[in-house]
Amino acid sequence: MEEIGALMHGFAVVLTPMNIGLMFIGIILGVLIGVLPGLGGANGVAILLPLTFSMSPTSAIVMLSCIYWGALFGGAITSILFNIPGEPWSVATTFDGYPLAQKGRAGEALTAAFTSSFIGAFVAVLMITFLAPLVAKFALKFGAPEFFSVYLLTFCSFVGMGKGNPFKILVAMALGFALAAVGMDTVTGQLRMTFGLTELMRGFDFLIAVIGLFGIGEILLSMEEGLNFSGKSARINAKVVWQTWKELPRYWVTSVRSSLVGIWMGITPGGATPASFMSYGLAKKFSRNGSKFGTGEVEGVVAPETAAHAAGTSALLPMLALGIPGSPTAAVLLGGLLIWGLQPGPLLFVEQKEFVWGLIASMYLGNLVGLIVVLSTVPLFASILRIPFSIIAPVIIVICAIGSYTVHNAMLDIWLMLVFGVMGYVFKKLDYPLAPLVLALVLGDKAEDSFRQAMLMSQGEVNIMWANPLVGTITTLAMLMLFWPLISKLIALVRTPKVDDLAAQRPVD
Amino acid sequence: MSNEPSGEGSQGRPMARNSTVDAVVAACVMLVGGVVIYEARRLGADWGSDGPGAGYFPFYIGLILTVCGAAIFVQSIRARATDTGTFVDSVQLKQVLSVLLPSAVYVGAIMLLGLYLASALFIALFMIVLGKYPVLKSIVIGVLVNVVFFAMFEIWFKVPLYKGALEPLSFLGY
Repeated sequence: MEEIGALMHGFAVVLTPMNIGLMFIGIILGVLIGVLPGLGGANGVAILLPLTFSMSPTSAIVMLSCIYWGALFGGAITSILFNIPGEPWSVATTFDGYPLAQKGRAGEALTAAFTSSFIGAFVAVLMITFLAPLVAKFALKFGAPEFFSVYLLTFCSFVGMGKGNPFKILVAMALGFALAAVGMDTVTGQLRMTFGLTELMRGFDFLIAVIGLFGIGEILLSMEEGLNFSGKSARINAKVVWQTWKELPRYWVTSVRSSLVGIWMGITPGGATPASFMSYGLAKKFSRNGSKFGTGEVEGVVAPETAAHAAGTSALLPMLALGIPGSPTAAVLLGGLLIWGLQPGPLLFVEQKEFVWGLIASMYLGNLVGLIVVLSTVPLFASILRIPFSIIAPVIIVICAIGSYTVHNAMLDIWLMLVFGVMGYVFKKLDYPLAPLVLALVLGDKAEDSFRQAMLMSQGEVNIMWANPLVGTITTLAMLMLFWPLISKLIALVRTPKVDDLAAQRPVD
Repeated sequence: MSNEPSGEGSQGRPMARNSTVDAVVAACVMLVGGVVIYEARRLGADWGSDGPGAGYFPFYIGLILTVCGAAIFVQSIRARATDTGTFVDSVQLKQVLSVLLPSAVYVGAIMLLGLYLASALFIALFMIVLGKYPVLKSIVIGVLVNVVFFAMFEIWFKVPLYKGALEPLSFLGY
């Protein structure tokens, strides 16, 4: 059990007063980010990233990953109390969470949501602890074609698993790659697509894109809907928590099933939202009280929350083991690794043992700290949502502007953030997904490098992608994903598909 | 807050239809795709003497953009008869512009006045004009928020922010 020893060493690294303090700060900031409109996991981490430049990589990742956990927890608060899903994957939580709050059982719903989030994350971290080193060891044998096939699979799964128009998913992705190509070419040193503008030599930083697309875009959308929050109040006391905890073991089958669904879907990109919907649907089908789902069943909160948190945590597995993030937030964390001077990828497990195991240990501790913090401070965070939007909105725009400026100390970036904001608003309204765009922007250069290397090896023959069983299987799987919208249409011609009544409510992310 | 912008009255005049905006965005995507292909070909999209050129990969990206943009364009034209959804109505557009235009002015003001002063003005004016708050309260909140930011960035984290062309805060010594 080599992993246990390494993990214990990780705990030793993380358990310093400084890191524990950062953990608490991270969780509180994260919940705050998850609760506020216009700030989510991805752009919250992006804005705070520059503050960590001077920290050691381990302390920095501890704080930033705790912001991520906090944001995951925070999404449940707005869904249950305000019927506003803070993140796409908490949409399914509103189905039963808000009715529970309307019945005056908000405390119960929140306790159930937080506890199942914790359980989902815990199971996923256990999986990461034992699986990630194996995957990384396996990936050490990868060459350029293998890596490119994994990139291909990552992006094709967006088309296969995503909801909505496959052409729009492809456009979002290609736009990300095109933006990533702007600036100095990493191989030949030529300037690409700068059109003579020296400011564009640096290229487009994905942090700016994330802050604009998710932050400013979200503010514009909220403004249009004319936000007047009418939330339910929540009081959580020890008695409610205790009673809910006594009730929860009854739903252990749902918890286990949802964790597994979450882990499975979370490893593939963009998996948290489909995972939460799938697990809600399965719980509805298999539960004895299935017919009462949607009217305020605790089990209907447990299922999507467990799956979403398990998926959100599993998204870090491909990031750690392969250097390929599974979600926009994981992509921002990956960007952080590069800034701190670490090279993400399978070698991380060999060269940066302390960092990797510190991160994994902090996942265990961070989620525990998160559970304690959110259970004790919910009323405080719920009251933040009652601050009028005309105070919150300008403050968030200012925060976004500061965040964009600090990335490169460049004024142009603030303008770009505004442009990305308008783009995010229009794209969101037209159902273009933003996650593939961000991931393509982050991975653009690396995907291109592995593509060019693979092509060099084969002197331009595409069949190198099927040169050996491993790369062939991954590429074939990717092609299957890419053409899945077509394939599923063909299947539907042969057999009438069963109607999925939840599909209409699933957001495009 | 009764003076919050409310969603109840968003029965404004439709300004643009979903299918129209969809078609326009698709046309823009095609245009971008065209530019990428042109640039990729200029850089060398085919096999050079030592391997794939700088435009080899972007060329295919441009191709995907153009083809998919065209497909979305055709889809949106064909959906014109059935999809009558409104992209944005006059009330919504006004709400969105009431945030977007001041934000653009704000970013312009940063260039002159620096981040802190421009931000304080932005928050205060936003509250007075859009939130209809008392002038004094708005100014106090605007200044207070920025004092916190100043302490956080300049003093604790030692991350200097943009001071503006006029450097109005230079007397502070930062």
